Amino acid sequence: MRVTQGAFSFLPDLTDPQIRAQIEYCLRNQWAVSVEHTDDIHPRNTYWEMFGPPMFDLRDAAGAVAEIIECRKTYPKHYIRVNAFDSTRGWETVRLSFLVNRPPIEPGFRLRRIESNGRAQRYEIEPYATEKPAEHRY
Amino acid sequence: MGGPGHTEIKDTSKRYAAGVLKYAQMGYWQPDYVPKDSDVLALFRITPQEGVDPVEAAAAVAGESSTATWTVVWTDRLTASENYRAKAYQVEPVPNNPSQYFAWIAYELDLFEEGSIANLTASIIGNVFGFKPLKALRLEDMRLPLAYVKTFRGPPTGIVVERERLDKFGRPLLGATTKPKLGLSGKNYGRVVYEALKGGLDFVKDDENINSQPFMHWRDRFLYCMEAVNRASAATGEIKGHYLNVTAGTMEEMYKRAAFARELGSVIVMVDLVVGWTAIQSISNWCRDNDMILHMHRAGHSTYTRQKSHGVSFRVIAKWLRLAGVDHLHAGTAVGKLEGDPLTVQGYYNVCRELVNEIDLPRGLFYRQDWGGMRRVMPVASGGIHAGQMHQLIDLFGDDVVLQFGGGTIGHPMGIQAGATANRVALEAIVLARNEGRDVRHEGPEILASAARHCKPLQAALDTWKDVTFNYTSTDTSDFVPTPSVA
Repeated sequence: MRVTQGAFSFLPDLTDPQIRAQIEYCLRNQWAVSVEHTDDIHPRNTYWEMFGPPMFDLRDAAGAVAEIIECRKTYPKHYIRVNAFDSTRGWETVRLSFLVNRPPIEPGFRLRRIESNGRAQRYEIEPYATEKPAEHRY
Repeated sequence: MGGPGHTEIKDTSKRYAAGVLKYAQMGYWQPDYVPKDSDVLALFRITPQEGVDPVEAAAAVAGESSTATWTVVWTDRLTASENYRAKAYQVEPVPNNPSQYFAWIAYELDLFEEGSIANLTASIIGNVFGFKPLKALRLEDMRLPLAYVKTFRGPPTGIVVERERLDKFGRPLLGATTKPKLGLSGKNYGRVVYEALKGGLDFVKDDENINSQPFMHWRDRFLYCMEAVNRASAATGEIKGHYLNVTAGTMEEMYKRAAFARELGSVIVMVDLVVGWTAIQSISNWCRDNDMILHMHRAGHSTYTRQKSHGVSFRVIAKWLRLAGVDHLHAGTAVGKLEGDPLTVQGYYNVCRELVNEIDLPRGLFYRQDWGGMRRVMPVASGGIHAGQMHQLIDLFGDDVVLQFGGGTIGHPMGIQAGATANRVALEAIVLARNEGRDVRHEGPEILASAARHCKPLQAALDTWKDVTFNYTSTDTSDFVPTPSVA
């Protein structure tokens, strides 16, 4: 399967020049770019590991691309995403988020159903990969 | 404008003598009045009957929407009546409409109960729209003072928190309404939901009139839809949702349905505008207490928003709904099958999304409106739109919108999943290109064609609907500047 989180997951994986163009867009909007990675992909896992703090004072997209390349080297089989944070009043949130790396094989998720009252089911979504401990996934 | 009969009678023995006076003479016309920051302001478009003086007509609207009745009453003198009288303070002819006038009216804040749209609307549109000396009357816009805005709780979730809960940023959300809207069994209905979500949509939606009919009772629908939502979520790794319509005959029944949606783990419920203002505010409170996004389908609004001469503009309805507290609001497509010229529709979007609306006459915004940090409403574009219009939609409305392609998903020649994928690929391709600095309004067709080269479903969608447009003249446009239409 293919995890389709992030803004561009239905397109072919972005090339580094494409990633750089998106980061330049973020910098034009004065958003702070950051890189995060995880080996615990889940629809509701919102806290990925931060690969360094948001680059608030970054002026050149090349700096962010270098961080992405470094993160890929360190965690080649992790999901890696770029977030762009907007600190203006009333937003103060992520304004763009997209994947820049994914594991070579994505085993996906098991859907567990637990019988409940009447015909209702309790649903649990469990990544196959997290059956193994961290560092041994993918 | 001034003249005989327009002057307030200040001599109390004459002012309060039993009998009938003109509304202007009773004090409802105050051309020198300077509105206070705390006043509720309303702009009406009035069409007086033949021979009715426009200033007197404006004063009558002010009177009939505040304290006045048709004759003088001495009991006014038991009150600080000049305080409670609404004041018409400006009347001007509508450009290019010789029989119509704009009337600007100010209302003292004390006239309104805090936190009650029912009370606000009972005053402003309660009696006055049937007033005989007027042929027609339309409420064009309102300015709600910040002091009043802060008495409302507003959207329970808002754009920012919705996106954080869904973990989806930087692109419009995608939806579709299940079709056919009536007649599917719960099992078949859930099939449509599953296919569309798995194919790439974020949300699927119940239609406004799908409640609990003989062919599908509500519990069946909820159960099958949540099976579809969870399966699609597991298949994609994304949070998915289905707007479960909890509209019902009584508030008690709505709460019951909403509670079942919560029990099943839905992230969102919906209601129709026809449930009424009090029901909307109640279900909004319920959504706050239960971490639920509230989707509003504006069912019925065109009966009073569409005609320029009579009714209430949708921009006013949107303001009331932001106060009442909805998270999603259908606000038009400009390019689809339903009424709305592009600038006017953008005005509605601004009402939903901005922290402060500046005066913007081409977009129909007559007042500066400060929302005081009230959460933003996510507008929804739905009705007769397809993947081939993606560049126009993103150019007009930006990222913070739900684009809903019902027929454009379910009617796809390769099936529902393919229809959803076509829309998602088109959307991501346009956003990517726009961020790269390309001019998507003009280069859109080229960008879509190039994305279709590695996405057969998108190619099929473009081939199927390439010539479908709805180019009709809008009935409701701003009367200040000419408005272009989108090809």
